[in-house]
Amino acid sequence: MELDGKVPAGPLANKWSKYKFDLKLVNPANKRKYDIIVVGTGLAGASAAASLAELGYNVKAFCFQDSPRRAHSIAAQGGINAAKNYQNDGDSVFRLFYDTIKGGDYRAREGNVYRLAEVSVNIIDQCVAQGVPFAREYGGLLDNRSFGGSQVSRTFYARGQTGQQLLLGAYSALNRQINAGKVKMYTRTEMLDVVVVDGHAKGIVTRNMINGQIDTHSGHAVLLCTGGYGNVFYLSTNAIGSNVTAAWRAHKRGAFFANPCYTQIHPTCIPVTGDHQSKLTLMSESLRNDGRVWAPKTVEIAQKLQKKEITADQVKEDDRDYFLERKYPAFGNLVPRDVASRNAKEMADEGKGVGASGLAVYLDFADAIKRLGEDTVRAKYGNLFDMYIQITDENPYKQPMRIYPAVHYTMGGLWVDYNLQTSVPGLFALGECNFSDHGANRLGASALMQGLSDGYFVIPFTLGDYLAKQGPKKVDENHPAFAQTKQDVIDHVNKLISLKGTKTTNEYHRDLGHIMWEYCGMARTEEGLIKAKKMIQELKVDFWKNAIIVGKNEEVNASLERGGRVADFIELGELMVDDALMRRESCGGHFRLESQTDDGEALRDDENFAFVAAWEFMGENQPERLNKEKLEFEAVHLSQRNYA
Amino acid sequence: MKLTLKVWRQKDANSAGKMETYPADNISPDMSFLEMLDVVNESLIHKNIEPIHFDHDCREGICGMCSLYINGQPHGPKRAITTCQLHMRSFKDGDTITIEPWRAAAFPVIKDLAVDRSAFDRIQQAGGYISVNTGAAQDANNILIPKVIADEAFNSATCIGCGACVAACKNASAMLFVSAKITQLGLLPQGQPERYRRAQSMVAQMDEEGFGNCTNTGACEAECPKEISLTNISRMNNDFLSAKLFREEEIAHSGE
Repeated sequence: MELDGKVPAGPLANKWSKYKFDLKLVNPANKRKYDIIVVGTGLAGASAAASLAELGYNVKAFCFQDSPRRAHSIAAQGGINAAKNYQNDGDSVFRLFYDTIKGGDYRAREGNVYRLAEVSVNIIDQCVAQGVPFAREYGGLLDNRSFGGSQVSRTFYARGQTGQQLLLGAYSALNRQINAGKVKMYTRTEMLDVVVVDGHAKGIVTRNMINGQIDTHSGHAVLLCTGGYGNVFYLSTNAIGSNVTAAWRAHKRGAFFANPCYTQIHPTCIPVTGDHQSKLTLMSESLRNDGRVWAPKTVEIAQKLQKKEITADQVKEDDRDYFLERKYPAFGNLVPRDVASRNAKEMADEGKGVGASGLAVYLDFADAIKRLGEDTVRAKYGNLFDMYIQITDENPYKQPMRIYPAVHYTMGGLWVDYNLQTSVPGLFALGECNFSDHGANRLGASALMQGLSDGYFVIPFTLGDYLAKQGPKKVDENHPAFAQTKQDVIDHVNKLISLKGTKTTNEYHRDLGHIMWEYCGMARTEEGLIKAKKMIQELKVDFWKNAIIVGKNEEVNASLERGGRVADFIELGELMVDDALMRRESCGGHFRLESQTDDGEALRDDENFAFVAAWEFMGENQPERLNKEKLEFEAVHLSQRNYA
Repeated sequence: MKLTLKVWRQKDANSAGKMETYPADNISPDMSFLEMLDVVNESLIHKNIEPIHFDHDCREGICGMCSLYINGQPHGPKRAITTCQLHMRSFKDGDTITIEPWRAAAFPVIKDLAVDRSAFDRIQQAGGYISVNTGAAQDANNILIPKVIADEAFNSATCIGCGACVAACKNASAMLFVSAKITQLGLLPQGQPERYRRAQSMVAQMDEEGFGNCTNTGACEAECPKEISLTNISRMNNDFLSAKLFREEEIAHSGE
């Protein structure tokens, strides 16, 4: 099936403003007749819930954490992009749009990306008005810094904790609406299914994580703001609780899943130390403003470093290869993430990696400290350096950091049209859980921008149009579809609880992660992917035979929660492999070894693959059906990305 | 490393709890404290014993979900970090480690080491915000904020809401937490219109939740993983008193 993204016609720069005028409105007095369900309270969810409640809708918001403030948006470090051009360095809405489309390797929808760049300026205004303490210059104006994939300084930041400050801003707006009685907040509550009535999403089924109670909630529309699926790799920079369950269950109820193989491997993370490791920690991309990435020029020196016979500062300048500066002089250390990651892997593959495992390169601040002084470096990056010291017991003020790529973000997600509506009417997806704006690679400081754009400035308009067309008549929870969906959830929970095998769900998760990282990670081949598919299918069968889940449903039960999430990750893993197999080109974060340029860069095949792959669930253990949305480019010219 | 853990186990809020002892073998000094607990839990699950329940999420010291009273100190022995950032190299082979939940009447135990901190959310809901609707903001650079003020507001805003301040306090006072928000918004020009009303509402909710009073011991500041300073409490007291003495009328008339 050919999908329609519903991008409005007309010139790029006028699309959104014209479309907003064309959308139907719900009049102020009628808004209180509509109930909206928002699942997830990160940047996208909290901003959407607050904004919709301000408009007058009744909102029910849900999160699995103990408080909406804990959502994983809180961990975003570096910053948020906006085309303010406060630095007078040539930025504009079009340039932010262009950088984002190019950074995404021409696999995103032009109309969506332009709108994102357009509303980016409003986001900064909104956040400042809420009291978000962005970094400032001595004159009292907002400060900016640079991020990868761009040659202007457009990133607003709050030390290394920008996500925290933005989320606390959205959380405060949400709190104001909770206090006003317009949002009812459900914490420690996990969404386990979507209720679909006559093809439209009309509610959800949840599990209370304190007492196991399974409940139904009805609404005129359901918004999923449930984040990404990076934890399919087991080790990632995501929080331990981050999971795909809400999105995956929605997928099984009819929502198409788009471009699942587009995953972002972030170049600067603290390397893995051993099998006990439960997560990886990011070192913000902002560090590449001042840090220089290098590896030793020869394998001999690398081996000495690996065996700790010498230290990094003893390697002579001539023996160091600042490989990003060498290969990409125009962008230097600030190339996009996918390019930086692949180059680090290349160094390790050639035997030039450092650290005990050889799976690391250096990020060196010696020059910056010499140029700016240790105090200035501390003021800019102090909290990141402290974090590094805690984890590694090494001092980055004295020795370069060891860094290596790690899974960080997923560009793929639920397919949505220009209205952020999934293929199930009434079911919307916002933030990282949709696929829409980043193509095959996301630029740094754009995730926060997208989450808040969707929640503050897009959904309040597009949702109104859907509601106005549907009318206020509500499907209540007595409809048989609610009882049926609830029963399906209960059956699924009971099936999990009955698993009394010998292998823990954590062990299954780790096994899945190994398969995904090895065969569907930074480099992918047809042969490897075929092998991975078989391994995942076997893992799934084994899981439902031999997994062990302790305790019962009617209590706090982390083992059960984890079990359900891992089961969904296993199914998603198989779809990711299918998607990666189908896409016989390289683009952005999806690198097929069979498709590269002479210089080893990702080689796209625009003739055959300039489309969004939207997968349709066809039943348990059935192959999914591929639907395509053709990507049309009017404003940009498709070319081989060049950062040299 | 080989360790012995003494852990508080409690089925739910209504059951009595008790300390249980578990061995923790094959522990690497590179593990975080929570990864050490993961290892112990995996071995418990293999024996079909319910794993030790604890709250955790981001595991990089920012979400505020993890807690744990370790050897009598919130977030363990090291200064200015959360439990998830504490690594086993801070302990010695053969150590016995005591692990308890936060203890405060306003933080009832949910299970084992996890407590209910929703009182914190309710305090924020009472007034921890600036009343501005989406879309109603002026250009961000129209508001000039001196760097020192912005930095100071930021320092208060780094509170992660973990509750270590309450757990550390002999009175289970939440004043450091509450004052951090009041200070952040009270320092900024955007926060001025609701400054005194905010202080009153948040303090009233704090009292209603059953947190104790402040007696200036400073344990909260010493144990805070984000080093929120006691100055915040002085600022809050100042705003609260000022509201009480001089602004009752103004506050009463500014109600929504």
